Amino acid sequence: MNHAIPQAVDYIRILPELVLSIFGIIVMLLDPLIDEIRGQKTLATIALIGSLAAILATLFQAQFPGLAFYAMVQVDSFSVFFHLLVAAVTTVVILTSYEYLAVQEIRAGEYYGLILFGAVGMSLMSSAVELVLIFIALEISSISTYILAGFRRRAAISSEASVKYFLLGSFATAFFLYGVALMYGASGSTSILAIGGFLRSGPIPLLAYVGVALMFVGLGFKVAAAPFHIWTPDVYEGAPSPVVGFMSTAPKAAVFAVLLRIMFEANAPGRIWLIWVVAALSMTLGNIGALVQDNVKRLLAYSSIAHAGYLLMAFAALPSNGIPAAMFYTASYAAMNVGAFAVVSHFGGPGERYVTLEDYAGLGRRSPILAATLTIFLLSLIGIPITGGFFAKFYVFSAALQANLVGLVIIGVLNSAVGAYYYLRIIVAMYMREGREEAPMTPIPFGLGAALAISVIATIYLGVLPGRVLDYAARTATDWGR
Amino acid sequence: MSTLESAILTLVTFIPLAGALLLLAAPRRDRDIRVFALVVTLLDFVLSLHLPAHFHRAQTGFQYELDHLWIANPNIHYHMGVDGISMWLVVLTTFLTPLCVLISWNSIHERVKEFFIILLILETALIGVFVSLDLFLFYFFWEATLIPMALLIGMYGHGRRVYAAIKFFLYTMIASVFMLAAILWLYAKVGSFDFVTIQNAVRNGQIENFPSAALWLFLGFFIAFAVKVPLFPFHTWLPDAHVEAPTAGSVLLAGVLLKMGTYGMLRFNLGLFPEQSRANAWWIAILALIGIIYGALVAMVQPNMKKLIAYSSISHLGFVVLGIFSFTQAGLDGATFVMLAHGISTGALFMLAGILYERRHTYEMSEFGGLASSMPMYAAFFLFITLASAGLPLLNGFVGEFLVLSGAFRAQPWWGVLGATGVIWSACYLLWMYQRVFFGKISHDINNSLPDLSGRERAALWPTAVMALLMGVAPLLWLNAIDPSVQAVLAPYTLMVSKAVGR
Repeated sequence: MNHAIPQAVDYIRILPELVLSIFGIIVMLLDPLIDEIRGQKTLATIALIGSLAAILATLFQAQFPGLAFYAMVQVDSFSVFFHLLVAAVTTVVILTSYEYLAVQEIRAGEYYGLILFGAVGMSLMSSAVELVLIFIALEISSISTYILAGFRRRAAISSEASVKYFLLGSFATAFFLYGVALMYGASGSTSILAIGGFLRSGPIPLLAYVGVALMFVGLGFKVAAAPFHIWTPDVYEGAPSPVVGFMSTAPKAAVFAVLLRIMFEANAPGRIWLIWVVAALSMTLGNIGALVQDNVKRLLAYSSIAHAGYLLMAFAALPSNGIPAAMFYTASYAAMNVGAFAVVSHFGGPGERYVTLEDYAGLGRRSPILAATLTIFLLSLIGIPITGGFFAKFYVFSAALQANLVGLVIIGVLNSAVGAYYYLRIIVAMYMREGREEAPMTPIPFGLGAALAISVIATIYLGVLPGRVLDYAARTATDWGR
Repeated sequence: MSTLESAILTLVTFIPLAGALLLLAAPRRDRDIRVFALVVTLLDFVLSLHLPAHFHRAQTGFQYELDHLWIANPNIHYHMGVDGISMWLVVLTTFLTPLCVLISWNSIHERVKEFFIILLILETALIGVFVSLDLFLFYFFWEATLIPMALLIGMYGHGRRVYAAIKFFLYTMIASVFMLAAILWLYAKVGSFDFVTIQNAVRNGQIENFPSAALWLFLGFFIAFAVKVPLFPFHTWLPDAHVEAPTAGSVLLAGVLLKMGTYGMLRFNLGLFPEQSRANAWWIAILALIGIIYGALVAMVQPNMKKLIAYSSISHLGFVVLGIFSFTQAGLDGATFVMLAHGISTGALFMLAGILYERRHTYEMSEFGGLASSMPMYAAFFLFITLASAGLPLLNGFVGEFLVLSGAFRAQPWWGVLGATGVIWSACYLLWMYQRVFFGKISHDINNSLPDLSGRERAALWPTAVMALLMGVAPLLWLNAIDPSVQAVLAPYTLMVSKAVGR
């Protein structure tokens, strides 16, 4: 604490959050003032500008690394990475929502506001280095997504999703808070840096172990890691598809950021075995669950559980290659999953009627472009080379191998083989089966086209030239090592 | 000239892909698309002829090399190059693909654009497999062949196509996961995916824990290749895939895809793990012998023409594996030659079967008989190719099988004896098939009026017939490039033998 009063640079260090909040407020204020039909597009455009401005703000902010606001916020290459990721995902989701909201006849106002506010929470999670602030950021992000999940007001299943997500989610956040309290009791501080110093210096009290475990339960719920994953399929099935694309990527990335800070920067004790078990369980249960799904949204929900498992493997590895591997994985998973859900949301049609594998039959014939892009995302989810998904898995597995977690890697490899099967089912349905009913295909609107283009380019870029992103992520590991 | 020398492999590999990308944007005028695909594949073939034309035959090692850093972490290089073995496989691929375009001219009439896009992507992937000298690049192309092939089967195949496509995909994908694991292990120890670097590290004993892990690594590679070949007992995906695949799919599957497996054994199993290859040769040779005999016996009882040819592939590929694991100059020369000869003659057989299918929509041999009178030109081509496939002297099948058998005989006399029965069996089932389809009385009236070969079909078949003859009459044109490369592969084995004798 160098200074009592926040300086200008402190505000720069939370600039993306400020920008997002301001635009969120503008959206909320304008909503009652403008025309309901045409206003939709205007609000979406404002939100879009907001998320793009957040990207610019992050790039600007990157030149001012350091602590802010009494060492509660830290700007470093790590936080910049996740800020960019969250803002990019937000952009893609807003682009997808343009058309989606019109087709589903959902009023736009709060929707875009909530997405921006959610992004504020997620951004803050990645730069917060103080457990209570992290908790607040987590709540900002969670409450927005609880509401967003229930946005298909006419569908009972959506309200169910919202309530279920809210009840279980609050329960999980309580666990996290309890863990924070115990950690404070053990170490006498809520600052991650201070806790890290404490845990490195002397004997580790039992309380710290319990604290870490409880925090992990809370965060594990948010990333849908087994055995805290039960909510995922129902919520993903009920929530609006663009929102699922959003909440399966951006908040997850943010929570993984928090986990990375807690596990590595605070040097959490007992992490390896905790994570070993959770990762193995998530991969296995997620993949087995996905095998029997006929609803594409549920299938992707189980797949996201499995991917949380792959990603967690990196947390059991050594910091020097575990951190970059995990960061790379969140980025490429975000690209492919948000893209996949963009396709799902377009294809669902009014009331999201077309979501089963049978509905996808013959999609390759009816809409070659949509089918081809979805195929790219699915191949990336399988982990086929030249897609981001391949290198994501590659880095995670090799990081785990270097930490001598051979057993976990074997489980992971076998799981990816199992995973190939259910992703292929979608591809097979699209290209090799005849459509039963000719669901009407509307042409791809501009917003969705842009969203798909961004996701495809990101997926392929990460698969062909993964070097730059990985190098950037690796900088974090060296930063923290000091 | 030197820029062309180093860029030629890249060009040959990626021209089909570039063609596919152009097609993506092309309007759906089916005829133009077919012509365009033909032009692209022919151009690629002509370009690939540069390779044998300017190949330094006496020289061992890789030629036309290009080595660029692609990704720094992990250390992946864009490293391409061919030796006398892989060069011919590249040319085989570029030779067969235009024929596939010709043979699919009319039989594919729905989703034509997609078909040729997939076919061109497949060609790029297949060539890439043979020219990659970076294990990662190799693995990438290896996996990349899967998707277009599965799509060809699943989208354009016959009745149970989806089942066949998924079976094919899962079988080969799961097997190659083991190869990936082995590749990653090697990378973790050597810090490079480069084939030559890893080979040198192995030979100089610079890899820690190598002796204890080598057997597992050998098996990791081997299982991926064995499924692809397919070696008995991993062959069950092949008949299904062939029967359901469209003709072009079958031609490339039998002609090139299977050779990826035998090529892999030759290059990676023998190249990286000489001692393990030696130690495990006995059971691999037994599996190969079982494949030769079992494949032939099962082929004999098939009522379905395409299934018969599929099982004959299992039998012929058994020869290749037997030749490779005989560790003799003749055996390996022969194995490589059989790969090429089988690609030509079995490719042609599948085209012939496809031509019949276009007319009658069945592969059941009982539906035919007496075709020699209604389709004389077809019958003549069929006979010629059948004899080539059965190993008649002066045609291409004979040279390779003779070399393999003489090599096998030198390694273990009883290998040669058992293997030689395969030649007899193949004459039995092929000639019997010929008799059932072409001789006797015409039993179904419709067969009286079947049109003989069209000009386009003749254009697709003539090249294969000419090659079958040329390879049988002048095998040295091929063997003089293959021979030095085989010697290079065998060098550590002769060293091992002379060491053993010296003791």
